[in-house]
Amino acid sequence: MMHPIAERIQAEFPEGFVKAVEWRGDLAVTVSRPALHSVAQFLHDDPRMDFDYIVHVSSVDWPDDEERFEVVWEFSSIRKRHRIRLKTRVPESDCVVDSLTDIWKGANFMEREVYDMMGIRFRNHPDLRRILMPDDYDEGYPLRKDFPLRGKGWRDTFEFLNERA
Amino acid sequence: MGLVQIGRREKDGELDVITTTVEKAVNWARKGSLWPMTFGLACCAIEMIAAVSSRYDMDRYGAGVFRASPRQSDLMIVAGTVCRRMAPVIRKIYDQMPEPKYVIAMGSCATSGNIYDSYSVVQGVDRFVPVDIYVPGCPPTPEALFDGILKLQERIMQRRVFVKQPEQVKA
Repeated sequence: MMHPIAERIQAEFPEGFVKAVEWRGDLAVTVSRPALHSVAQFLHDDPRMDFDYIVHVSSVDWPDDEERFEVVWEFSSIRKRHRIRLKTRVPESDCVVDSLTDIWKGANFMEREVYDMMGIRFRNHPDLRRILMPDDYDEGYPLRKDFPLRGKGWRDTFEFLNERA
Repeated sequence: MGLVQIGRREKDGELDVITTTVEKAVNWARKGSLWPMTFGLACCAIEMIAAVSSRYDMDRYGAGVFRASPRQSDLMIVAGTVCRRMAPVIRKIYDQMPEPKYVIAMGSCATSGNIYDSYSVVQGVDRFVPVDIYVPGCPPTPEALFDGILKLQERIMQRRVFVKQPEQVKA
């Protein structure tokens, strides 16, 4: 038997629903990339869902999978006291996913972090810049599995030492 | 030879004349009034804060007047993990401190990067500022930091003051 929230998502979005996993009380629903924004809108607006708080946005790199990246959102409802994890897969060739900043403003910085660390771009994001690394950082995206652990030399170059005198 | 030679009056043994060198007097004044700058970057900062508290009382060594401005301080205690993005800021702050200035690298991270052998962590603050004293530990206890400060004071006492200093190494 599926979680009632997952069942409702499947009923509303029969096309976009991929799968639902419940493990130790945590519900994780995977949806297709085109359906993502409307599912999120539904989770936010529907009075039975009422997910008014975005907890986290993160991403996972599965280097061996056909659709390499997975973006993970976590929502919670303060009034209903329930939470959900929403996932969608993104291929490396077309590394774009809809931004949810128009639904939850709090997604702004977290989506920027995912962009900075994993290189996944968010469509319609108001200000998609790097957030942790400097703007001119050009070594790539450090949290990808094929990125060398020690980076590509940036941590050991101190160009500001030569600027003085 | 110690810091001072004390002469006593012949008739009653009272204090009479004190002789020392100007260099020693200057160094003594410098070591006894180290004004550190608050530069906590990570968990080491908590131990640095504890070192100033009443239980440990860093003021006993004349090094308790923590300033929030580099222009008022002469000791920079780099306490914590140094990220590469922080490096130019540390260098700028170091350059803003008036001479004579000293640097203590507190903890394994500031000394060598510790276990954080990653793309963003600098492998030791000595790569871009000259460090006088390294304090090991993860994090070092306040006592360990005091040991570092006492070692620094010993070092200050050995400095030549009125001779031309060798050009400081640009790290």
